[in-house]
Amino acid sequence: MKMVTAIIKPFKLDDVREALSEIGVQGITVTEVKGFGRQKGHTELYRGAEYVVDFLPKVKLEAAVSSELLDQVLDAITKSAHTGKIGDGKIFVSDLQQAIRIRTGESGQEAL
Amino acid sequence: MENNIFQLQYAIDTFYFLMCGALVMWMAAGFAMLEAGLVRSKNTTEILTKNVVLFAIACTAYMIVGYDIMYDGGAFLKDIVLDGAADSDGMVAAVLKESAEAKFDGGSVYSNASDFFFQVVFVATAMSIVSGAVAERMKLWSFMVFAVVMTAFIYPMEGAWTWGGKSVFGMFSLGDDFGFSDFAGSGIVHMAGGAAALAGVLVLGARKGKYSKDGKVNAIPGANLPLATLGTFILWMGWFGFNGGSVLKLGDIASANSVAMVFLNTNAAAAGGVIAALIVARVMFGKADLTMALNGALAGLVAITAGPDTPTALWATIIGAIGGVIVVFSIVTLDKLKIDDPVGAISVHGVVGLWGLLAVPITGDATIVGQLVGGATIFVWVFGASLITWMIIKVAMGVRVSEEEEYEGLDIGECGMEAYPEFVSSK
Repeated sequence: MKMVTAIIKPFKLDDVREALSEIGVQGITVTEVKGFGRQKGHTELYRGAEYVVDFLPKVKLEAAVSSELLDQVLDAITKSAHTGKIGDGKIFVSDLQQAIRIRTGESGQEAL
Repeated sequence: MENNIFQLQYAIDTFYFLMCGALVMWMAAGFAMLEAGLVRSKNTTEILTKNVVLFAIACTAYMIVGYDIMYDGGAFLKDIVLDGAADSDGMVAAVLKESAEAKFDGGSVYSNASDFFFQVVFVATAMSIVSGAVAERMKLWSFMVFAVVMTAFIYPMEGAWTWGGKSVFGMFSLGDDFGFSDFAGSGIVHMAGGAAALAGVLVLGARKGKYSKDGKVNAIPGANLPLATLGTFILWMGWFGFNGGSVLKLGDIASANSVAMVFLNTNAAAAGGVIAALIVARVMFGKADLTMALNGALAGLVAITAGPDTPTALWATIIGAIGGVIVVFSIVTLDKLKIDDPVGAISVHGVVGLWGLLAVPITGDATIVGQLVGGATIFVWVFGASLITWMIIKVAMGVRVSEEEEYEGLDIGECGMEAYPEFVSSK
């Protein structure tokens, strides 16, 4: 089992959700976050004076998936969240030791 | 029968004056909303407090001595009751006599009480201009002390030299010697407010963080642009009373037509100001800066105020548009000079107020020289008297809150309450 964590542009969330649903991902968790990467912040103008926005709003998406599905998931997120402009985000993959469905007590693959 | 017509004319002109005064009074709401929108949320309660209290101070101080200095209404308005007559019948007889002398289409005859009401809301407008420029760092009570001096003395003095027709310290008369013309107060009200604000800002200094040591200008965005927009629309509407009422008469064909033209031109100038300011801001900054468009509307209104009766609609639009261009450059220039004005009041009312005075000769009968002398007299007096007053206040009680209070916000420091407490507490 793998935990996929993706940081994406907020306006791409619906596209990513749809792409993941299509390949059979059963659930995702979404958090509104702020941060910076290579894009750093950006400057805005207010009445002719600059101000810097250091942290940009992003969406963090987490999905626990079976190892077999991983490649498809990464492909789906990469394609659906892609704009080609700076700030598209990143995907991180980590091993997932255990998963439990609280309602039934199922664990492992069954719980995903 | 003729007397009945005079009675009706007196009634309609007085009624018109009062309604226009009420419209101008509503501009206080416009200033309050505009300023509340352009400061940070931690200073909202304090700026609202300032706005409501300065209005009350202006009404009271002008009633006690201001109106007497400007128009000889007597201390506490004692000479304007019943238009100076002994009883009600005497008042009616005196007014009818005055009306017969003025003739139906002559000078306006209206209740002296309505005149006071119309004048007093102008005083409050001048004082409101100061409030925004010194926002976010001035001690509340120091501001109120200045409001008393400004509305009881500084404004009435220059008002007496202009609309009051009195000579400047016995030296010269702006109206008789120079033909100075300021219809509704581009200079007398707006530039005067801007001059007092400039003096205050110079004594006070900039908000912490506004200018970096390396000379960089940092933006401090306003908290609530819907409020700023609403405030601008309220001011725009109130301005119809400001300029429209300054015709002073509605009750004959020529006057009614003049009133209509003033309404039309006032509106046209505001529209021209918005369009010009937005285009200039787009070219200079690359984005449509709403706050500049709002300042542009007010700049257009200030620009047309000195002479809204003589231009054609096209000229009014152009005069307003030039005001809209000036205001954007003025705001950027003041920032370069490190003169920190959170709402742009000095630019909108002071700088464009001067443009309004200079625009009168384009279509009206005034001279550039006369307008310059009038403008300079008002500026030197109001700026000088204000600067001295601010410095006395600074020595006596201080003008600036502590650095810590400025950081925490004046809402808690001065008023002990926040404008939006539920944003931070989780109860």
